[in-house]
Order: sequence, then C-alpha cells, then structure tokens
Amino acid sequence: MEMQDRSLAGNRRTFLQQAGVLTLGAGAAGLFAGRPALAAAPKFRSDVGVIQTALALEHEGIAAYRIAGKSGLLSPGTLNVALIFMGHHEAHRDSLAKLVMQAGMKPVEPKSDAQYVADLKLGSLKSEKDVVSLATTLELGAASAYIGQINAIRDPKLANLFASISADEATHWTTLNAAGGGPIPKTAYIFG
Amino acid sequence: MRTPLRWALQLGGVAAAGLLAITMFARPGLAVDDVAAGQALYQSKCTGCHSVDADRIGPRHRDVIGRKVASVPGFNYSPALKKLGGVWTPARLDQWLSGTQKMAPGSRMYIAIDDPTQRRLLIAYLRSVSKPH
Repeated sequence: MEMQDRSLAGNRRTFLQQAGVLTLGAGAAGLFAGRPALAAAPKFRSDVGVIQTALALEHEGIAAYRIAGKSGLLSPGTLNVALIFMGHHEAHRDSLAKLVMQAGMKPVEPKSDAQYVADLKLGSLKSEKDVVSLATTLELGAASAYIGQINAIRDPKLANLFASISADEATHWTTLNAAGGGPIPKTAYIFG
Repeated sequence: MRTPLRWALQLGGVAAAGLLAITMFARPGLAVDDVAAGQALYQSKCTGCHSVDADRIGPRHRDVIGRKVASVPGFNYSPALKKLGGVWTPARLDQWLSGTQKMAPGSRMYIAIDDPTQRRLLIAYLRSVSKPH
C-alpha cells in the first residue's frame, strides 16, 4: 500500500508538472480576484439567499484545503496545487461576500475548523490519496452546485459569475481526477 | 501469470463484492441499478452541500425518508423549511427536488431538477440510505 501511495504520488507529481501547474505560485490566485463585473449589488433580494448558500460552500472548500494542507499528508507538489486551489476559493469567497455586503446584509460566517473536521471526516484521512479523493468529490459537488443554482438567479450578471466559478471548480475537479487516476467520464454533461 | 488459485480468489472477491452490493441495496421496490444510478447522480448533484452521514451546508441524508421535515437535531434550518412541516416521503421529495423555492419559498436550497427520471433515481438512492418505510 505504501508503495502504491508512493507510486501514486509520483505519478501525480509527474502529471502536475506536465500540466505546468507547479510553475505557478500560490500568489497566482490573486489574478482571479476582483471581477470588475461585480461592482454592483445584486439587483434582486432573492439572489442574496443563493449567494449566501454559495458562500457557505466556499467557506467549506477553503477550510478543507487549509486543514488538509496542514495535515502533513501532502507531498510538496500536491500541497502547492492545493494552495492554488484554496486561493481560487478565497477569491470566490471575497467576490460573494462583497455582493452580500453591498446588498446591506451580513455574509454567512465560516464554521469552526473543529466543525469542518467533523463534517468532512477530515480526521479519517490517512494518505495523500485520501485527501485527493475527498477534494475530487467536493469539487465535483461544487461545480454542479453552482450550475444547479443558476436557474434560481434573477440577475444575469450574477448568473455569469456563478458560471465562471463553476468553471473554476470544474478545472479543479479535472486536475484532481486526473492526478488521482480517475477515469474520464464517458457521458457528456459531467456537471450540473 | 495467473494460477487457478489466484483466479478462484479473484472470482471469489468479485462475487463477495457483488453480494455485498446486493445486500446493501436490495430492498423491496428498489432496483439495484436505480440505486447505483441514483448514487452517481447524488455524487454529482448533491455532494456540494450534503453528505449521507454529516451535516454540512445542508443536513445529513441518512434516514431522510420518513423523517419529520427540518428535524435533524442541531441543524440550523431556514424559517421557511421549519414552517413547511410534515414528513419526507418519496412523493414529497419528488416535489421538493422539482423546485425547492416553489415548495418552500425562502428556504436555503436552490435547485430544480426538471427530469423526472433523475428525481426518481435520486429518491431511490435516498431510500437506500433510509430505514424501510
């Protein structure tokens, strides 16, 4: 098992290096922050509820990467990728929280780390493979959740933001799924 | 090189896994294929916010069928869902998944699954993780 894990980690490093991901610093996440289209508050009060739900999802994603990143289970290459993805989620969080505040409401707060550890069973993660598997599942769910909520949004600019965030999550899923050796889905409409 | 013994062990392993799957999912009125397809849909459509055994953005789904609406202890439900009342049945879940905001305007879940087959498969999976009713 140890050898399998080591082999997996090696393959994953190779994959990520080939993808050029390792050449990016965690600071690259800043490039994705601050979308100019988001200057205005949500036009519709009902949209704020959708944003709050998405914000809760981003809080959870950030916590998962942060806590897993400190676990000591990740090899340096995988940790670097995890930090980049965490940076994307932080940029999503900031965009969403800003919209909630502009609507005159209080953005939903993150839970405690202890609560996230319990909710996501992070204490049961024993290897890098476990971490990648969990992150893959969460990113699949996140990409789909954003698409699933677009129908409920009344402001087209907000719908555009949700589509953009979903694409980020889909990129995370694709990277993680490939790194973990998961199959390419044979049927179309992978998310949603 | 595969020896007959290894073949037998592998075959035995596959058979055991199949038996386990059948045991897990076999339930009167629940097709194994439907549950498996529903589980795949659940992975895609629900795991962003839900887990079977943990409260996350949404409440846990273990034993959701037959459960009183908005009744998982400690979970912070919206006033809209608390007001809804009643018990989650397959029919009510079908209505819920058709459009959460239509059924409980102001609830914190925003999803509308138009495809009745997808709803049926998801509910088959949710039945498989609930006590028989």
